[in-house]
Amino acid sequence: MVTRTSLLGVVARTFVASFLLALAVVVIYPLLWMVLNGFKTNSELFGNPFALPLQLSWDNYVKAWNRGVSSYLVTSILVTVTSTIATVFISAWAAYGLTRMQIPFSRTVLALILGGLMLAPAVALIPLVKMFQALGLYNTFWALLILYVAFRIPFTTFLIRAYMVDLPLEIDEAAAVDGAGKARAFWSIILPMCKPILVSSVILNILFTWNEYLFAMVFTSGGDLQTLPIGLTNLMSKHGTEYPVVFAGMTIAAVPVILLFFLTQKYFVRGLADGVGK
Amino acid sequence: MRRHRRTRGWAWVAPALLILGVFVYLPLLQNLQYSVMEWDIYGGGSSFVGMANYEKLVGDPVFWHALLNNSAYAAVSLVCQVFGALLLAALVEGLRSERWRRALRAIYFVPSAISLTVAGLLFYFIYEPELGILNAALRGVGLDSLTQAWLGQEGTAIWAVIAMSQWQGFGYSTLLFAIAIQRIPQDLYDAASLDGVGPVRRFLQVTVPLTREMTGLMIIVTLSGAFQVFNEVMVMTSGGPNNSSQVLVSWLYRMGFGRNDFGYAAAIATVIFLLTLGVALLQLAITRKRRVEW
Repeated sequence: MVTRTSLLGVVARTFVASFLLALAVVVIYPLLWMVLNGFKTNSELFGNPFALPLQLSWDNYVKAWNRGVSSYLVTSILVTVTSTIATVFISAWAAYGLTRMQIPFSRTVLALILGGLMLAPAVALIPLVKMFQALGLYNTFWALLILYVAFRIPFTTFLIRAYMVDLPLEIDEAAAVDGAGKARAFWSIILPMCKPILVSSVILNILFTWNEYLFAMVFTSGGDLQTLPIGLTNLMSKHGTEYPVVFAGMTIAAVPVILLFFLTQKYFVRGLADGVGK
Repeated sequence: MRRHRRTRGWAWVAPALLILGVFVYLPLLQNLQYSVMEWDIYGGGSSFVGMANYEKLVGDPVFWHALLNNSAYAAVSLVCQVFGALLLAALVEGLRSERWRRALRAIYFVPSAISLTVAGLLFYFIYEPELGILNAALRGVGLDSLTQAWLGQEGTAIWAVIAMSQWQGFGYSTLLFAIAIQRIPQDLYDAASLDGVGPVRRFLQVTVPLTREMTGLMIIVTLSGAFQVFNEVMVMTSGGPNNSSQVLVSWLYRMGFGRNDFGYAAAIATVIFLLTLGVALLQLAITRKRRVEW
């Protein structure tokens, strides 16, 4: 009886392990195919799709880079860095007020800030276009910066607030006894203590901004200012017959975020555990 | 003194409130206003038309088809990215080797880190009849009869897009479920093992109930996301062929920016608002009910 169950256990275990590995292959193989196709020539691409490239020539990567990917990359980096810093800073500031200060109608304020979590960006799209046209911000860097900050504040505040709530109030009182004002306590004590959640907020915002599509497409239509997701679809329509160049462009867009994820995985998972896991 | 302190608190929340008010809540209200107006594309003016845009919506077969596609998206995503991901996370966390657990969680997550644009373009090529690996794989195992232009046919286009979304998104929810499972005290599992409870019952009696909160959250996030789908549809099919893979946001986009019919687009946006609001209220109702139980 014991041997029968253990045999069953071994079979089940082997089955589970093979399933998990097969799934990992299904996830990885398309990405590997993408990277390898960036090294192929057009005729190789139309031969056997599973074949390896005949040579590791960087031509397609150079072509993609010169046909706009470098400029999309610069725009993406600029928008990502500025909006991430602004979002995390404003959200931390608000989270401090929500957890540390007495505010009239505080429940309403909290509901208004976190309520933004439930709103789909598409719902505000048409009025936002009119508004940004009227403000003269349509097709500018500022449009993307403002929109990314506005639509990311609710989630980022939610994460940071959940973390700050657990920091004991005695810390603030001790700071006050030492003569530090609220702003001073925020900068020198609370913010450094929130480092884990700030790091994960930064990573999550980078992932979001780097990959955002709807706003980038609508608010930078036709301009020189294009982020990678929009630039790639342009590369596809402009150089649609040179597929290997498109694959190279896709790889250039994907590699930075994959690297970021692997380098920061530990903090990232910890932040998710702290914020969303509650 | 007290009043002074209370007003000072505003300085902390004011920046966030101001930005949200102007760029999130005001446009939301304006959208409701726009949806009862007709925009004159050439003159630039607008006039009040009452419920005309909503009546047009009810009689628009593409709108209903888009809503159906969003619902299919929601159903498949619930199965794969909530219930499938929970089971998958339990299987991964059940592995003995910590190194393998960590490696698998990371591998599954990678598609979620790359943009939907990259993922969409990648699958556009995977589904491509000539150079794509899907048809090539089918031919390889002798299933030539199944090969087809996956994105080029009305019957398969939306399903091909949905399949790509599952590939892209399941790792994210698996990671979140893995975190929730790690929080379950190990002695609960040990106790279950001592009682001779097998892995299936352990999953159903320990893992499922103790990750209920995360499951609830994921159901809400997944449902809400399914009605906001846009990027992958736009990149892979633009809603075609013949509007067969149209979803609410892509149809909104087409009506607003393709035909400059802003009033009608705003009416579609209102439907999206009501759907996502309904999901959010559902969540509030559930969490409130649970609080009473405790």
